[in-house]
Amino acid sequence: MSKIVEGLKYSESHEWVKVEGNVAIIGVSDFAQAEMGDITYVDMPEADDTVEAGEEFGALESVKASSELVCPVSGTVVEVNAELEDAPEKVNEDAYAAWIIKVEMSNPAELDALMDAAAYKAQIGE
Amino acid sequence: MAQLSYFPHTESDIREMLDRIGVKKLEDLYSDVPSEFLKKGAYALPDALSEHEIRDYFASLEAMNARLKVFVGAGAYDHYTPAVIPYLCSRSEFLTAYTPYQCEISQGTLRYIFEYQSMICELTGMDVSNASMYDGPTAAAEAMKMAVACSRKKTRVLLSKGLLPHVIKVVETYARFGGVEIAYIPVEEGQTSLESLRGELAKGDVAGVIVPSINRYGIIEDHSGFADAIHAEKGILVEYCDPSALAVVKSPGEWDADIAVGDGQSLGLPLCYGGPYVGFMAVKKEHLRKMPGRIVGKTVDKEGRRAFVLTLQAREQHIKREKATSNICSNESLMALWVTIYLSLMGPEGLREVNRLSSDGAHYLYAELLKTGRFEEVFPGKPFLKEFVLKPKQFPGQMQKKLEDAGFFAALDTEEGYVSFCVTEKRSKEEIDRLVQVIKEG
Repeated sequence: MSKIVEGLKYSESHEWVKVEGNVAIIGVSDFAQAEMGDITYVDMPEADDTVEAGEEFGALESVKASSELVCPVSGTVVEVNAELEDAPEKVNEDAYAAWIIKVEMSNPAELDALMDAAAYKAQIGE
Repeated sequence: MAQLSYFPHTESDIREMLDRIGVKKLEDLYSDVPSEFLKKGAYALPDALSEHEIRDYFASLEAMNARLKVFVGAGAYDHYTPAVIPYLCSRSEFLTAYTPYQCEISQGTLRYIFEYQSMICELTGMDVSNASMYDGPTAAAEAMKMAVACSRKKTRVLLSKGLLPHVIKVVETYARFGGVEIAYIPVEEGQTSLESLRGELAKGDVAGVIVPSINRYGIIEDHSGFADAIHAEKGILVEYCDPSALAVVKSPGEWDADIAVGDGQSLGLPLCYGGPYVGFMAVKKEHLRKMPGRIVGKTVDKEGRRAFVLTLQAREQHIKREKATSNICSNESLMALWVTIYLSLMGPEGLREVNRLSSDGAHYLYAELLKTGRFEEVFPGKPFLKEFVLKPKQFPGQMQKKLEDAGFFAALDTEEGYVSFCVTEKRSKEEIDRLVQVIKEG
């Protein structure tokens, strides 16, 4: 059974969002990392790139799979987790500590479309 | 149906298979194809020939070839092929093996691809090479797609007008069906214009730029400032190169390019009606994840022995599906082997010698042609290696005909009304002098 953290927002495509002021910290859920298997590469945007809710902002690669990362909110990337460039396995180790990007939100109302922990738990059938 | 030796299945094999899947006849397997697309009636094929008759037939075709001394380049070069290459490449272990689907069982194949990749990296000064591509123009088109994939959101790619015309055409074709917008950078005084490039970059929507290391006028281009200007706009610099020439001219790595592509034909592949040739692509490490094609890597097996594997496959179409940069999932392996053997025979010194001989011959021919008084210089003082253009004072048709009658393939027309000449190490001084004599006599 995968770990789901209370207080985070979740998307249908298995990203989590932690809100700090106007900044959304984004990663993938424990369920997603377990489905992928050993992650070998995290493809990330660069700081200052703009991202759109519902659009791809990067990808996770494992040895024999690739899965796109879909941005839950729109805005501007303020920081990417450079640590993942050399240590993508951190996503497997603790998916909620291994954040991927931080986004300065242009439309925080988009958060309302995301699920809370209970709803996400129901979605993944656990 | 007659029993033919190359068909593995007998009538009864076929009957058994049809019965098993519940189909009456072979044609029923095509019932999903609309009938207007199905061939009706018998094929109009000639009668079978005996081995002896086949040999005679092809010998008669071969006898129709004119054996001309080649003084033309334009992307395909008449360099010497050491005899050991076709001998080794025709060994059945190499020649008859199709893609090994359990790749790692074929350690010999993976090994030579690994060596090929290492040599391409050394020549281009780049970090990573793929296992090869179809040919130079398609490699350039793949580089265009890769530039767009690297930039994520920008879809405009700039092509230097100094690229070979057939390279431009193929890239345009891929762009048209790949949602990429193409724009052009003009050539000024024989060189891709940095000023025009800066102007296009300022529009802020350029994903990548493809420039020739040596352009279609034979001029060795100076790309000082290109990489800085392109990288400042987060664009990708692609160098299209003649890999043979990279032994002596600045490499893509030295120009700080992101991607190097070109045609490996100049590395000992004979001229052969346009192919099969072999494309190459090598990139900086930071762009590795967007590179198309197979990559062979070196590792160790569970007993610690050196072993070769296909690696980084998550980039590829069979895993990434429509998100992959390219749908290439093969390589031009036999020709890559050819190139690998050529490069190991020549070594850095041999390759420099090929260039020195070619360049000496070309510069001698250039001077001799000017002395005939039948040409004007187009780009005086511009550096060239083995190829150059001149402007003929008269329409060149008659000269070309005379050259052909005298056994030369020379003076290729360009779209600007110039003629292009090329000299490789195979052309002797005596051949050059004879060529000049034919032109002088007009």
